[in-house]
Amino acid sequence: MNPRELARAAPGAAFTLTFDGGPVTALPGQTVAAALWAAGVTSWRSTRGTGRPRGVFCGIGVCFDCLVTVNDRPNQRACLVPVRPGDVIRTQEGTGRDDD
Amino acid sequence: MTERPHLAVVGAGPAGLAAALAAAARGVRVTLLDAAEQAGGQFYRRPAAALGARRPQALHHQWRVWERLRDGLDRQLSTGHVRHLPDHHVWCVDRTDRRDRTDGTDHPVDTGVNRGGAPGGVFAVHALRGPLQEEGVTVRADAVLLATGGYERVLPFPGWTLPGVVTAGGAQAMLKGGLVLPGRTVVVAGTGPLLLPVACGLAAAGARVAALVESAGPKALPRHARALAAQPGKLAEGALYAGKLLRHGVRPLTRHTVVEAHGTDRLTAVTVAALDRDGGLVPGSARRIPCDALAVGHGMLPHTDLAETLGCALSGTDVRVDDEQRTDVPGVWAAGEATGIGGAALALAEGHIAGRPVAARLHGTLPDPRRWAGAARARGRLREFSAALDALYAPPAGWADRITDGTVVCRCEEVTAGQVRTSVDVLGAGDPRTVKLLTRAGMGWCQGRMCGPAVAGLSGCPATPGRRPFARPVPLGVLARLPEDEPG
Ligand SMILES: Cc1cc2nc3c(=O)[nH]c(=O)nc-3n(C[C@H](O)[C@H](O)[C@H](O)COP(=O)(O)OP(=O)(O)OC[C@H]3O[C@@H](n4cnc5c(N)ncnc54)[C@H](O)[C@@H]3O)c2cc1C
Ligand code: FES
Repeated sequence: MNPRELARAAPGAAFTLTFDGGPVTALPGQTVAAALWAAGVTSWRSTRGTGRPRGVFCGIGVCFDCLVTVNDRPNQRACLVPVRPGDVIRTQEGTGRDDD
Repeated sequence: MTERPHLAVVGAGPAGLAAALAAAARGVRVTLLDAAEQAGGQFYRRPAAALGARRPQALHHQWRVWERLRDGLDRQLSTGHVRHLPDHHVWCVDRTDRRDRTDGTDHPVDTGVNRGGAPGGVFAVHALRGPLQEEGVTVRADAVLLATGGYERVLPFPGWTLPGVVTAGGAQAMLKGGLVLPGRTVVVAGTGPLLLPVACGLAAAGARVAALVESAGPKALPRHARALAAQPGKLAEGALYAGKLLRHGVRPLTRHTVVEAHGTDRLTAVTVAALDRDGGLVPGSARRIPCDALAVGHGMLPHTDLAETLGCALSGTDVRVDDEQRTDVPGVWAAGEATGIGGAALALAEGHIAGRPVAARLHGTLPDPRRWAGAARARGRLREFSAALDALYAPPAGWADRITDGTVVCRCEEVTAGQVRTSVDVLGAGDPRTVKLLTRAGMGWCQGRMCGPAVAGLSGCPATPGRRPFARPVPLGVLARLPEDEPG
């Protein structure tokens, strides 16, 4: 059993996005965080101070641990932002501003 | 033409939905704003529409209640009495004493909601639209109902910042909303009634639940037996979950706690240990459980930012309301977890009640409490029940002592327990605010929502309300430009 079988999901066609340069398959409707979890990825940020990896913590937009760079826009909460085909997702380093 | 009075409801969870439907049925025009893409709140969170779930109820219980709410909402949406604005993140609600009418004149509006009280205010609900939250929009209303729910409290322990460690509710939210699991082998831990449904949900969806670790002990039950026994349905719900878990081969470990999460770049195992009567660890009881996800929670905290900026009084961490669910600010009501954590049934009862007096007062009449006497009784019982649960599921006494100096307490600013202790023991900080100024704990993105309880516990002082000016980060462009009114 997996969650999709459990809910008998019949999602639209899967599409590809890139995460740190590599391809990731995602489903329409998923958030960036859900797509990355489905791909087995649990971290996509490194902290400003000690450079430690982080990913989802609260899952509902409160904790800001899941910040990520989406299509060159840093500081997006991966648990809230839906994926779109062709999105370029990058691990966010530090404040995210170094990406500019 | 007499216009229907207008109520803005923030939050489309059980409380907000029940309130919106009750008010709309009594001649009020309602705008329901919610950050989520779909109505339902945390409890009735469903897979995103594009995931095409044909059996979303498999992830839920009490689906019938949801169906009734959804059908009611659909009906009110089609009559136009309720307008639902999903993907609207409310960052601030303020009171203005006048409203700009479409005819260009500026009428003072009698909201009818504070007969005999101070002159009424008219409210501006400021929201950011869309998943990227870039565009500002303002909804004006004669009264506001805050049904913003709550979020999970997690107390720190060594390793809690490792990827793979998530809140129990967060794991549930990602499962219900995105149909994904945090890992293959999950430990569910902490304390509180949420752990059971989370463990069941994860197990049903195919995760191996390696352990369910609950720090409360069954011995505490008898002390609260009366309030608990008054809610046989709730107890049966707990028993139902426990039975389901047993069928998945999971026997809850009560009076146990997670001592440490292990891993370098991601979680690989947790160490759990038994607790003695005083909240200390039983020597020799520690054992290591390999896992790739830890879903952890220690109860919930209400979302009170919007209420606080409106100046509503709190009692402890909760928005204070009277029997009508009125806050002490005229024209502002609150219902659901925002007024105190108590679960979906209590949220429903409170919303159901709140919608009635809102409607009466907006029509300039006095509400008649006899009309919601049944719901008020249910509310009373459910509040008693949740107070008993609160006492039962208090975090173990020794939790703060077990946080090592090197453990990060403020996740955003990476402030350690050692730094917090130094600010208290050496620098003399006597309250969380001073700790914040000395250490930056609570100054980051989440504005202390995550570290607040830990800082309070470590510094030995009660948690103080956050006093956050905005409920959401606001782009400077939106602040600079006065947002446009949402076309009504
Ligand atoms: C992550 C999480 C998962 C949970 N899972 C379960 C579960 O599986 N089983 C269970 O029994 N209980 C669960 N709970 C508890 C649950 O919250 C309550 O029992 C119930 O949903 C409370 O109803 P409510 O209407 O008060 O609030 P909620 O259902 O929390 O609804 C509040 C709504 O307000 C919206 N909101 C909040 N602030 C804003 C804002 N500023 N702008 C716009 N919208 C806003 C939110 O998007 C949300 O939809 C969970 C709680 C959390 C935090
Ligand atoms: S996981 Fe907490 S904000 Fe996204």
